[in-house]
Order: sequence, then structure tokens, then C-alpha cells
Amino acid sequence: MTTSTATAPPAAAPRKSTAPDPARARLCRRLARWGFVAPAVVFMLLFFGYPLVRNVVMSFQHYTPKTFFTGEAPFNGADNWSSVFQDALFGKALWHTLVFTAGSLLGQFCVGLALAVFFNRRFPLGGVLRSLILLPWLVPMVVSGVVWRRILDQDTGVLNTFLDTLGLGGHTPWLTSPGTALLSVILVNVWIGIPFNMVILYGGLQEIPKELYEAASLDGASAWRAFRSVTLPLLKPVITVVLVLGFMSTVKILDLILALTDGGPADATQTLGTLTYQNSFVELDFGAGAVVGNVLILISAVFAVFYLRANRTEGK
Amino acid sequence: MTAHPTVAARRPRLRGRARRAVTSLAAASALVATAALTGCAAERDGDVYTVLNSSTDETYHRWDAEAMARCGKRLGVTVEQQSVPASQVMTKALRMASSKSLPDVVQFDASEMPVFAEAGGLVDLRTLGLSTDHVPDGIVDFGSYRGTYYGAARSVNTLALFYDKDVLAEAGIRTPATWDDLREAARELTRGKRYGLALSAGGAEDGVFQFTPFMWSNGGDERELDSPEVVEALDFWKALLKDGSLSRSTVNWTQADVNDQFMAGNAAMMINGPWQVETLNSDPDLNWGLAEIPVPEAGADSVAPLGGAVLTVPRTGDDGRQRMAGRIVACLTGEKEQLSYALNSWMVPADERAAAVWRSKVPELDALADQVATARSRTAQVGAGWPAVSLALQSAFQSALTGQSSEAALKRAQQRATSGN
Repeated sequence: MTTSTATAPPAAAPRKSTAPDPARARLCRRLARWGFVAPAVVFMLLFFGYPLVRNVVMSFQHYTPKTFFTGEAPFNGADNWSSVFQDALFGKALWHTLVFTAGSLLGQFCVGLALAVFFNRRFPLGGVLRSLILLPWLVPMVVSGVVWRRILDQDTGVLNTFLDTLGLGGHTPWLTSPGTALLSVILVNVWIGIPFNMVILYGGLQEIPKELYEAASLDGASAWRAFRSVTLPLLKPVITVVLVLGFMSTVKILDLILALTDGGPADATQTLGTLTYQNSFVELDFGAGAVVGNVLILISAVFAVFYLRANRTEGK
Repeated sequence: MTAHPTVAARRPRLRGRARRAVTSLAAASALVATAALTGCAAERDGDVYTVLNSSTDETYHRWDAEAMARCGKRLGVTVEQQSVPASQVMTKALRMASSKSLPDVVQFDASEMPVFAEAGGLVDLRTLGLSTDHVPDGIVDFGSYRGTYYGAARSVNTLALFYDKDVLAEAGIRTPATWDDLREAARELTRGKRYGLALSAGGAEDGVFQFTPFMWSNGGDERELDSPEVVEALDFWKALLKDGSLSRSTVNWTQADVNDQFMAGNAAMMINGPWQVETLNSDPDLNWGLAEIPVPEAGADSVAPLGGAVLTVPRTGDDGRQRMAGRIVACLTGEKEQLSYALNSWMVPADERAAAVWRSKVPELDALADQVATARSRTAQVGAGWPAVSLALQSAFQSALTGQSSEAALKRAQQRATSGN
């Protein structure tokens, strides 16, 4: 914007006598420019700004079922915040969310990248196999959850039966012990997230010119060296996108956990997502629910800032 | 939540990957919104009355539609139903309240009704001329909040002990009547892949519903979760698990899962409700029987929880419509309609006269009718505070069944339940 306004006056200067009115033309141009931005701004304010502000305000209100009738939600200072922060469950849920997000991203990304590199070579039936791997992505989250809950059942589940046949124990309490439930939920989420990671990373790999690998091999680079010095650096922008999108969909996880464990056993898989759901829609304490929701937004916002920073330095 | 087999219905959430679907959905909803704003949905049709319920199951939806058609014909109006999953009735009704578009009749799960009544959203059914002359006191309480009768039940349900007659006969075991009998029987019936007993200790209302008969029959009370009686009840569950008579997956099972396990022959007995009878009967080889839930000591009363839905009339501000809504509720809860609904759904009619006929028609569920007579409502003591108690209790029995001591778990539950109020 600054460059275009700087170049505008010299261009208009020679024709000063014939041009209708340079100030008006400039205004028109500026209006047109804002006209293009306006729909996006209105959309953002209406569908992101308003709910966000509303959520923040709600977290300072005593907002109960009565509010829906009277429209009155008295402000109660930081009561909601202090009661949520004092609740031992909040600390637990926060920790579970962090472990869940970090574990899921790590698993999804590593396996997704490995598969993407694998499918990047051409081989018979490669395309068919690649599309088969997309299946978990096509299945609705709740369906995956319900099916996995059966697979992971301790006594009758397919997984334990299978392990048992192989003589590998087969009595793992996947979803029924507070010690292993979170890990199991992470594993299922990794399974769900692999296709997404693979597809995007595969796309990124296709963009890397083949000559670079040829040059690297002429220089005597091993496959591992080529991966580290050619693939990874050139894939970095795609990796950032994958991780950021992955983070955003993982940190607010709700449906999968509700379908798998309902936050149990004994709150072992409660995350911020399930906690805000429980506060708002089971206990109907919308103020407390809003507090947890705000914490989730805050976490995402902090991450978004880092992401923008990283992008900016890369742009330079 | 315990009224219908649709308990497990969950609201699917959208994720980043569903973005394209979201876009088209957004476009569609924008169109709908425009239609609404231009006046399509603004005015209520004079003769059309809406009932919000949770009959999302095809069979229930059909039975309700038939009953509503009959009542509508009798009253000279059209009665339509709008069905949402059971877990969404409350939030849907609240949203409708804030946009002043409440339906004429709402069918709430009885454990949720007090929350809506407490918010001042319901009309006293007695002022609309509904009679409770033939409804047992327990069921009137079930539909009441702080002494006011807000909800009329068509039928009620409760929990009972279901058992596989053949398996019990083969092992030469009598139907257990006390906790000791139950423990002994469950231990002896546990063979190979089959557990002696299946019950739900899942992390939702299902598990709490199943814990209440053990807590109440032992003299425990939801207002004092850390009392010795409640600790003893939980210790009994722990003992069953320790004996190996219960699967360790119990903490992850809903009541529907429990029924699946029983039907698959993975459990010789189960705690469950009459809404499973339809499914149980679909297997002609399964020879099941029904008994009251065992009690701590011989001679003690078996106190089970009352479950089921109640029909309520929300405050829409239109007296005329509210009166007609009251007549619709009266018709739907009339003796005849109750009987046909109860015979369809295997639940016990709330009306005494209908219940008597029902008993003669389904003698195999006789034990259930007895259990209902002494059953207790979950919200009678704590009213709108039930959701907090329920959440605290879920966490407590899950902790205890996975290693913690019952005492410590229930002590924490009591703190959690009371700190919220």
C-alpha cells in the first residue's frame, strides 16, 4: 500500500491540468481498495470477533439456564476463573491436552512423513495403496471412535485377541486403565491423522525438483544425507503448515474422546475440550465452560503468533 | 438419558479436514436463515402444535407419531414432533427459550426436568387441569420439582437383574437375592470367556444410574457421597471386580454395551433396563429371566432408580396454547395411550389402571413392575444439583474400580459435588 501511494503523485503530476481531480481519484481508489477488504472484515467481525468477545464476556458472568429466559447474566468478577483454576480437574485436563497434542502430532507427523517418502517413489500399485491409506480420513470421527472402542475392548476386542493368538499377552487394558487410556486415545488419533499428514507432505515432496537429488547423488550423498540436506530444508514450509493445522485440530479434540472414553476412566482422558463441554452442556454452568474455552483460545493464539513470526522471518 | 436406547448418540464435531463440507453447509444454512428472516418461520400456525422429544429411533418416532395423530384427531388440532438426540433436548430447549420459539410440549428425561423448572421455564400441570388421581405418589414425585407437578410420565423404567435361565439352571444356581448370593453366583458362573455379571460403570449417566440401586438399597444417599453406606456399596462393586466376576472393561461400557455382552454370552447375568427387551427378544435362543436387584441383607428393600421421560408444558406466554398443550399432554398420558406405549416400549405404565392391565399382558416383566413400585427418583433430594452429583460420582466409582480406595474416591466426590453448588 505504501509503495503504490508513493508512486501515484508523480504519475498524475504532468496531467494535472486535464485530470478531473487527483484528490478525488485517490479517494476513489482507496475506497475501492477497502471495498475489496470489507466483506472479509465484516465476515471476520461477525463470525469470529463477536463470538470471541461474547465468550470472553461470558466467562465473567453468572450464566445459567435461567439466563436463557430472563436474559440476565449478572457479572461476578473473576469468580468463574478462580473456581475453574482451583479445580484440580483443570490442571489435569491441561496436562492431558498438552500430552495428547504433542504425542499425536509427533506420531502423525513421523509416520505420515515416512509414508510420504515411501510413496514418493513410483512402484506398481503405489497409487492404489496410497488411496487406501486415505480411508481413516474419510470415516467420520465418531464412527472411528465407536469402532476403535470395540477393537480396544480388553476381553473381546480384536486387538487383544490378536495379541493373545500371537502369545503376546493380550490383556492390555487399553481404554480401561487410567494409566494407559490416554496413550490409547493418542494412538487412535495418530491413526486418524496419518492420511492428512501423508497427503500434504506427499504434495510437498512432489514439488522438490528431481535434479537436486541427482546432483546430491553425484556429490556422493547417501540417501539419509539427501533426505536431511535436500528433502527436509525444501519441505520446511509444508512441514510448518502440516504441524500448525494439525495442532489446531488436535488441541481442541472432543468428539474422539467422547466416543472412546467419555473422558474416563476416572478422568484419565479429560482434556480442555471435554472439560468445557462438560461444564457447559452437562453441568450447564456456561460461565465456567467459557473460561476453559478461553484458555483453549489463548493457547491457540500464542501458537498462532509463533507461527506468524516463523513465516515472517522465512519470507525475508 | 436412560429412557431410550439412543443414549450413546453424540454430537459429531467438525474438524479442519471437513472444511469443504462446512462451506457447503454454511451456504445451505445461510439460505435457510434468509428464508426464516423473510418470514417463513416467524408465525406459529394456529392449529399446529409441536412436541420436542428424543424419539430419534425409527420405532419410537413412529409410535409417537401414531399416538400424536390419535390425540390430535380427538382434540381437533395437528400435533407434530421434532426429535433430537436425548443428550441435546436440554440445550435445544434452552436455545429455543432465548429466541422465544419454544415448542408447545417438551419431553425431558426426568433427571433433567428440574433444571428447566428451576429456571422458571415450565407450567404447573395441575393448573392446566391434569389429574394425578391414578398416578402412584412415587411417579408424581418423579415428575415434580419442589412440590410442583411439572412433568407427566407416560411410562417409567428402572433397572433389574437379567439372567440367562439356561446357564443358571445348568450350574444349579438359584436367582440371587442378596449381595452375598450375587457375589457367590457371579463367581461360580464365571467360566472361561464368560463373566458372571455385567454392569455399566461408564463415565456418563449410564454408570451412575446403575450405581444408584446399590447405593440406595444399602441406605446410602446422594447428598452424602462419603457416608459409610455409599463406601460399602462401592466396595461391593470393587469386590465383584476383584473376584474376576466383572470384566475390567466395565468402566468403559454403556448400558447398551452391557446388553451386547450379555447377548453374546459373555456374561451370565446383567444389570439393565426394560428398554433392552426388544433387542433381547430378537434372539430366539436366548432364554432370559428377570429378578429384582439383590439387596445387601435378606429382607431389605430393593431400591432402584426411576428412569424415563416426562412430558412438560414450557412457558410460551400464550395461555390459550398452553391450555391446549395441557390437553395434549393429558391425552398422551391417558390410560389408553399409556398402555399402548408401554406395550410397545416394554416400559411400565405410570397410570395404576394401565399398569394393572400391563402386568397381565406381560407377566414375564412382573418383577420390573414390583421394582418400579419402590423405585426412587434421582432428583428428589438434590433437584437441579443432580448433574454435579452425577459427574462427581462417575469420577469416584471409576477411580475406585481402577485402583483407588472407595473411601478416598468418594470423599473427593463429595467435595466436588458440593463445591459446585
